[in-house]
Amino acid sequence: MEYPKQHPIGIYLKIWALLFILSGLSYSVDYFHFEGYLRWTLIIIFMMLKAGLIVAFFMHMVWERVALIYAVLVPPLLLLTLIGIGVLEGDYTFFTRNVFFGS
Amino acid sequence: MSEAHSTHLEEIPPPYTGPKSFISDWSSDQTAFKNVSWGKVMMWIFLVSDTFIFSAFLISYMTVRISAVDPWPNSSEVFALTLFGKEVPLVLIAIMTFILISSSGTMAMAVNFGYRKNRKVTFILLIVTAILGASFVGMQAFEWTKLIIEEGVRPWTNPMGAHQFGSVFFMITGFHGTHVSIGVIFLLIVAAKVYRGDLEHNRSGFMTGRKGNYEIVEIMGLYWHFVDLVWVFIFAFFYLW
Repeated sequence: MEYPKQHPIGIYLKIWALLFILSGLSYSVDYFHFEGYLRWTLIIIFMMLKAGLIVAFFMHMVWERVALIYAVLVPPLLLLTLIGIGVLEGDYTFFTRNVFFGS
Repeated sequence: MSEAHSTHLEEIPPPYTGPKSFISDWSSDQTAFKNVSWGKVMMWIFLVSDTFIFSAFLISYMTVRISAVDPWPNSSEVFALTLFGKEVPLVLIAIMTFILISSSGTMAMAVNFGYRKNRKVTFILLIVTAILGASFVGMQAFEWTKLIIEEGVRPWTNPMGAHQFGSVFFMITGFHGTHVSIGVIFLLIVAAKVYRGDLEHNRSGFMTGRKGNYEIVEIMGLYWHFVDLVWVFIFAFFYLW
């Protein structure tokens, strides 16, 4: 059985190194006690970069056909709706808890 | 273009009407993902559904944390360890993160060497991946023991603050740990197939007539990278937030 030509191993080593650096950076966000919006922004940026590198190169997504990329990446966008519902619900529950059980 | 499309539809009448048309339409041998094997497509579809499961957990964690009246425990302190007489925040979690990333690195290389038909290196890399995965689960067991026995955290209560912390922690890390454990078993099975040369000689596997080939290493790899991917989100949202 013939297999498609493989990419050089160096790609995986580079991505591996990048993931290490990004993990180190996100750990240092906690280590150096960044707080507030700066903390959240940095955490989200490093998280998205790591996730993107894993999906794109380790899971070979950049080399797949567009039909498969869309089939995998578009449906999870629906989760934004669920996040919105969760925020509304959480805020409302917090509010009613304070009204009825707060001191 | 739409005109050409509609004339094309008129030329070929559908073979069946009524209930039979449902079966004929759904089994009409259309390949949506042209050069992608069904095994890989099915793994991707499973991973999309798993994405929704983990997202549901993480979003309910968000909802529960927003609505918690008691203060949420500071995970940086909860998961700190004393090393060389000094309190290091979140150190075990950081080590677990690096271990899981490394296992993803060896897995990606195993896929590559598999397609190069390098049986020995593929086998070694798969075993290294499995060992790293197993050590991740071991550290998680250590962390759970510490939280349950020393801190007294339970799924229904938590002495450090909001009770919801316990339920969310055991639910999310438990589900992820189960995925890693299943992945380790899956890795060992694939490694055994590689070692025996089943994939090289296209021998069909247990309970299947499908001829073995090195693509199963890639499909296994997709699952393993997904487990790493989920950890990236858990690390950010649960441990760092």
